[in-house]
Amino acid sequence: MERLIKERNTQIHTIGSSEHDLACEKKSTAGSVSQRACVFCGSRVVLYPIADALHLIHGPIGCAAYTWDIRGAMSSGPQLHRLSFSTDLREKDVVFGGEPKLKKALTELIESYNPKAAFVYSTCIVGVIGDDVDAVCREVSKEQGIDVIPVMAEGFKGTKKDGYKAACDALSTLVGTDDDYQAPEYSINILGDFNLAGELWILKDYYERIGVNIITCLTGDGRINEIRKCHKASLNVVQCSGSMMHLAKEMKEKYGIPFKKVSYFGIEDMSEALYEVASFFKNDEMLNKARTLVSNEIQELIPALEPYKQKLTGKKAAIYVGGAFKAISLVKALRLLGMETAVVGSQTGNKDDYNLLTKLCDAGTVIVDDSNPNELSEFVKEKGVDLFIGGVKERPIAYKLGLGFCDHNHERKEALAGYEGMLNFAKEVYASVCSPVWQFFNRPSSSTTENE
Amino acid sequence: MDKLPRLKDIRPFVSTRNACKLCSPLGASIALKGIEGCVPVIHGSQGCATYIRRYMISHYKEPVDIASSNFSEETTIFGGAENLKVALGNVIGQYKPKAVGVATTCLSETIGEDVALMLKHIKSLTNEEEWPDLFTVSTPSYQGTHMDGFHATILQMVKTYAKDNTPNDKVNVLPNLVSPADIRHLKEIFADCGLDATILPDYSDTLDNGAWDKYYRVPKGGTSIKDIKLSGGAKATFEMGEFTKVSVGKNNSGNLSAAAWLEKEHGVTNHQTILPIGVKATDTLFENIGKVSGYEMPDKYESQRARLLDSYADGHKYVFGKKAIVYGEEDLVLGICAFLDEIGVEVILAASGANNNLTERLKHYCPSNAETIKVMSDSDFEQINEQAHELNPDFIVGNSKGYYIARDLKIPIVRVGFPIHDRLGGQRIKHIGYEGTQELFDRIVNSLIEYKQDNSPIGYKYI
Repeated sequence: MERLIKERNTQIHTIGSSEHDLACEKKSTAGSVSQRACVFCGSRVVLYPIADALHLIHGPIGCAAYTWDIRGAMSSGPQLHRLSFSTDLREKDVVFGGEPKLKKALTELIESYNPKAAFVYSTCIVGVIGDDVDAVCREVSKEQGIDVIPVMAEGFKGTKKDGYKAACDALSTLVGTDDDYQAPEYSINILGDFNLAGELWILKDYYERIGVNIITCLTGDGRINEIRKCHKASLNVVQCSGSMMHLAKEMKEKYGIPFKKVSYFGIEDMSEALYEVASFFKNDEMLNKARTLVSNEIQELIPALEPYKQKLTGKKAAIYVGGAFKAISLVKALRLLGMETAVVGSQTGNKDDYNLLTKLCDAGTVIVDDSNPNELSEFVKEKGVDLFIGGVKERPIAYKLGLGFCDHNHERKEALAGYEGMLNFAKEVYASVCSPVWQFFNRPSSSTTENE
Repeated sequence: MDKLPRLKDIRPFVSTRNACKLCSPLGASIALKGIEGCVPVIHGSQGCATYIRRYMISHYKEPVDIASSNFSEETTIFGGAENLKVALGNVIGQYKPKAVGVATTCLSETIGEDVALMLKHIKSLTNEEEWPDLFTVSTPSYQGTHMDGFHATILQMVKTYAKDNTPNDKVNVLPNLVSPADIRHLKEIFADCGLDATILPDYSDTLDNGAWDKYYRVPKGGTSIKDIKLSGGAKATFEMGEFTKVSVGKNNSGNLSAAAWLEKEHGVTNHQTILPIGVKATDTLFENIGKVSGYEMPDKYESQRARLLDSYADGHKYVFGKKAIVYGEEDLVLGICAFLDEIGVEVILAASGANNNLTERLKHYCPSNAETIKVMSDSDFEQINEQAHELNPDFIVGNSKGYYIARDLKIPIVRVGFPIHDRLGGQRIKHIGYEGTQELFDRIVNSLIEYKQDNSPIGYKYI
């Protein structure tokens, strides 16, 4: 297969035939049309679900416009996060400095919308024009009596992953600021669920049924005052480990709270998560409740999945998502439906994730880090897949090639977590792969790429 | 779940709340996708390219490949020449494009990058024969809106390639930011009227492809650079829109649109109209076409016009006196308002995120309601939302981002323009010509009828 960009060879691995290890956590190659966004994007997606905070984007208008109401992150109460605020810097601000505008904007917005705290995202040019965002935040915080937290998110200062860290740094200024709270026994925090399509509420229900209390979720359906007291938890349960690991590690160091990495996607991983938490608390009753819950759910789910499995067995899938941990769960979930994963990759996976994937997948599977449309279209053709799982940017690649596509990104509107999520997933995979519309498409084979 | 917060008192803000505009590299990217074999490169951070791709993909439902020079901290300190060189090498290697257009960003402009000079230098290091056409447009996102980036790109294209004015038989058509379906309709009109039109930019195929038999790294279609080179010797230019002057970016002190530049530099007569939406504006376009072609309007369009008038008669009662809010790009707002004015809809608010003198032009093109239209320039969706709750419109017309306002007011939204992120077929909405007006008129009338029917205690099955 033509790899197109030589520098990227080390980031592509075929199980069983590649000699090198997969390289990852690198900056994207210029001109490669990476599917990644930037530091700002990483911080924005992580903090976005905090619903009672003001999110002000300091910079020219683009960054705010493209991230207005983009995630399906639901809030049970306030909806302030769904408004997109920007200082909308103009030429004169760039020449004379954006601090006065930032101060005015923050003040007027806090006075008008009464948020519980404000996050101020610095975009690319803020540092370049020399704005002291920290100072403005401190000043306004003092005047308004709420936390005003700078998020250092200049797009060029790393990758999307560095944005996750910037978001964790911002969150960490809030954690521990309410020390009066007394947590009930068996209290945990959920880290790295963003309540897409209400998934957190599904998980909450499971945890409550086995007797576990959730202090807060970072950041799905997030609230500032819950974050302040989340250092009182006995355990941090971390999903989407790429985005929240910094904070989990920091809370372990600072407050001695252990953490566990879990995934809520697919029967295996969901059940494993509940067992892990129950085992952590060394409480037999809880463990029994978890066993009952899992067995009840599975008894209902397995027969419900069967008709889909019959239709899907033997079909092949390609996966390209943001975080590799999610990809691991997807491989397992697809297996449960009888499907094999032929291509799997992510924007921001690390060595551990990719090693796990290499162990998990069959020989011949292509594993790829920080891919791009040309590579992805080549891989899916080469492997002759029937389904592509990804986000908005991957969707047209699949459809142009006449392949089924499942959205597993943050814009989706269907809950895919937990047992009911698994059923939704099966339904969606079935609708994507088995639609009669594909009969009209000639799926291109690998020899047919137009490249003139 | 609470409702979306909305302020009850209307007051000015220095901040922008839910922008009713996009940044100028996005406009440049759309225009560049309309050049044959062109891959856009955005000179800035990776996120700029990715966000713009995502935004365009969600509307056009097509692969939209835009490369980035992917600035790092070092790039920002030492300059982007090396990154740009690597980016171009990779883009050219991967895509084998016919042309590469480099749009700048707030970041590269703020650190003072001279991309034109860099391109010259990069090209001098290579075997020129093998490289595609390279050009750049200055699109700092702290100036203007996406429309400024769009028009600046077209101006830059003609400035770069229209070097002489040896007469040829072609005409230039500058249709503004319209849909791929609109562009296809314009091509049909000009062809039927016997004119060989160069549409600039023509993304009717590149951003609205059919199903593929193989994967095209660079989608087929677009205006060829060969044709752009001929634009200086064209018989005439048909420019649609009144807010096409370019005053943003480097070296644009002339404050000229591409059409005006072609007229000034090469003497190509510019027939400027507003967007041809509605009978009056489309009549003007056909009159102008007639002046250049020397022919009468073809029968096909006489029939389309007659059918449109017939439907105006059938539907006039449903729209007369209805109050509308129109928002979006300044030229789209002007075109839609002029059309609504001629069918008896009262536009009570015309809003744009652009900072232009919309008021005066609206008054000129909306004679029936000239005195009562409230105009907001440099506005945002929250200002529109707050006004909407004061003004009680019967419906709103604009892109899909205003949906939440219509939802809250429980009134219809008629989706037009860009982006349409919550419906299928945004790229196929036709707005212009008699045919586009027909579709728009039917949709407006039917939205109002549906609203009445849904809210009626009886729910008649006939109207």
